[in-house]
Amino acid sequence: MTDLVDSASTSESSTMTESTVPAISAGDGPLKMTTRNVDVFYGEKQAINGVSIDVTMDNVTAFIGPSGCGKSTFLRCLNRMNDTIPIAKVTGDITLEGEDIYAPKMDVVQLRARVGMVFQKPNPFPKSIYDNIAYGPRIHGLATSKDELDNIVETSLQRAGLWGEVQDRLQDSGTALSGGQQQRLCIARAIAVDPEVILMDEPCSALDPIATAKIEELIHELRGKYAIVIVTHNMQQAARVSQRTAFFHLGTLVEYGVTSDIFTNPTQEKTRDYITGRYG
Amino acid sequence: MTGSILFLLIIVLGGIAWFFGRVKASRFSTSSTKRGEVHSLPAYHGWYVALWAIGPALLFLVIWSFSSPALITDAALASPAAEQLPQDAFARGSILAEARSIASGQQVKAFNPLSKSMVEPYKTAISYYQTLGAIAALLLVFAGGAYSWLRLKPELRARTKIERITMMALLLASLIATITTVGIFASLIFESARFFSMVSPIDFLFGTEWNPKAVAGPRGETGFGAIPLFWGTVFIGAIIAMIVAIPLGLMSAIYLTQYAPPNFRAWMKPILEVLAGVPTVVYGYFAALTVAPALRDFAVSIGISGASSESALAAGVVMGIMIIPFVSSMADDSIAAVPSAMRDGSLAMGATKSETIKKVLIPAALPGVVGGVLLAVSRAIGETMIVVMAAGLAANMTANPFSSVTTVTTQIVQLLTGDQEFDSPKTLAAFALGLVLFIVTLLLNLIALRVVKKYREAYE
Repeated sequence: MTDLVDSASTSESSTMTESTVPAISAGDGPLKMTTRNVDVFYGEKQAINGVSIDVTMDNVTAFIGPSGCGKSTFLRCLNRMNDTIPIAKVTGDITLEGEDIYAPKMDVVQLRARVGMVFQKPNPFPKSIYDNIAYGPRIHGLATSKDELDNIVETSLQRAGLWGEVQDRLQDSGTALSGGQQQRLCIARAIAVDPEVILMDEPCSALDPIATAKIEELIHELRGKYAIVIVTHNMQQAARVSQRTAFFHLGTLVEYGVTSDIFTNPTQEKTRDYITGRYG
Repeated sequence: MTGSILFLLIIVLGGIAWFFGRVKASRFSTSSTKRGEVHSLPAYHGWYVALWAIGPALLFLVIWSFSSPALITDAALASPAAEQLPQDAFARGSILAEARSIASGQQVKAFNPLSKSMVEPYKTAISYYQTLGAIAALLLVFAGGAYSWLRLKPELRARTKIERITMMALLLASLIATITTVGIFASLIFESARFFSMVSPIDFLFGTEWNPKAVAGPRGETGFGAIPLFWGTVFIGAIIAMIVAIPLGLMSAIYLTQYAPPNFRAWMKPILEVLAGVPTVVYGYFAALTVAPALRDFAVSIGISGASSESALAAGVVMGIMIIPFVSSMADDSIAAVPSAMRDGSLAMGATKSETIKKVLIPAALPGVVGGVLLAVSRAIGETMIVVMAAGLAANMTANPFSSVTTVTTQIVQLLTGDQEFDSPKTLAAFALGLVLFIVTLLLNLIALRVVKKYREAYE
């Protein structure tokens, strides 16, 4: 692990003079997703400029950066959620397990089942807790019997650490839960379709500190079972939950590396300025 | 007319009062006054004086215009000419009324010679009381203006008072519609009560034979069973029209909110909304002249007996088309009001667009859609022109959409057109029908608004 990281960071510091091309691979573990030279345009405006990043299975990857730096936009490329915005255009290569996810033969429905997403604001459906979790398995036909579905619902809720709190009231509305519970419900909902990657877009920004702590704990537990990518504007959170951190600024990737290195010994001046709170 | 000249004069005097109030108030603040010492700006003082000048005077004129006729008649009767009048109250009344209309210039020639003799006393009395009223009103203008002008002080809370009066005026404006509705309701109840004193409410509400023209005797009438009308109304407005309007309206809303390219939506939605403004009589022509004959020919060609050229189906279908924009725009609003986080959440689970619409958007928007449908039903059952032109008059209790049925509104039109005696059960039945219609649509609207409101709260 250290070898790879070292070589990555040394090559980085040597090559990075004018054209800042950050390390695209940061670390060990089996590769899950790779991105190469990804550009995103909203109409005429370029939101992401040539971002290349590898996401590994065993690490939680955090995207940090000031507001409007494009970290959420980039995250939404990874499960093609930008498709829902008519003016958004994505170029470059993004692969999942070696398959190009923007290839014509890629079924976006299948892709999103494999790459799940949790949003900034908890967005449970106005249905019962049970139906919220069962939603994904039902549309993807993952359960052939009621027992199987019950089983999926229970496991998902257990993994999301919510089972104990809701097992007696699975038929209550999902929107009646507290904000933190709703967010864990959304995580459980994402888990229910057994994804390979879970994308989290500032999952704690609408939550109080206690609920945030629970989500962070949950991310720790889920690490290794799923490749997790989390966007956050809270640097302490990135330091707490992630092993790899990518710093975005104005649509470009400034620096990508082992979280502890980024926070203690950043190679780029911009990163250092951001982390020490000089801007952002 | 002296009345309108007087009114203008009062307004002009009010303007002058405004000016004086302002001038006086503008002297309150000099360079030495501290902030807050003068409570209101000069303009508020101006309005304060103007309202004091105009308000009491206008109020007096309104009261005067109601009370002066009695005084005028008394004065006219006190004249020597009145001694020739007959003692019979009815004859007297008609002579007096004629004299008065000649005196006030509404009528030129007298039919009764006696009224001619009363014209002069009337004229004198009218001009006397008019002058009296005008002088009193002008005195009130000056009194009010002077009183309030003298009261102007730097610490007078003129702004607060003016704002309170403005609020009262706004309240009054909003009450007018409400009070009118209450008045209509009261008159409906009053006339219906007269009807129900002649025909038992039970016979009316649950009777199955509707034939008001056949009624003969003053008591024990038959032929006022309104069930066939209620059925016809429900059959056309709530069943056939909704079978047409709900699916088409909902589907067009789904297409417009979810699939349509923005520029298509930009011109399609206004067009759909313009359809809601087409006069219903135009739809009526369309139903009676185009749809109804076509449906009759179709029914005959497939061998349905009893097909009439005035059919429930024709009226219902056209009414349904008329209602489409209504349903569609309510459904459109409630689908668009579902937070996009719901849609994104579902899409991120790997649901397709149509799965998202079916399983997330429609259920979430359902209360709003139901509210829209209820409003549409209440509009459809109160709709008159289409059914008058296309549905027919025969009070049939039939589920055959090709036969002619009649509705509550059609029968109201039938009962009230032409020369009618206003105290026969035949005419009064129209009010009873109107009352039932009013109550039903009112209830439907109440329920619909509650449903919509509850739904709106859920997402805010």
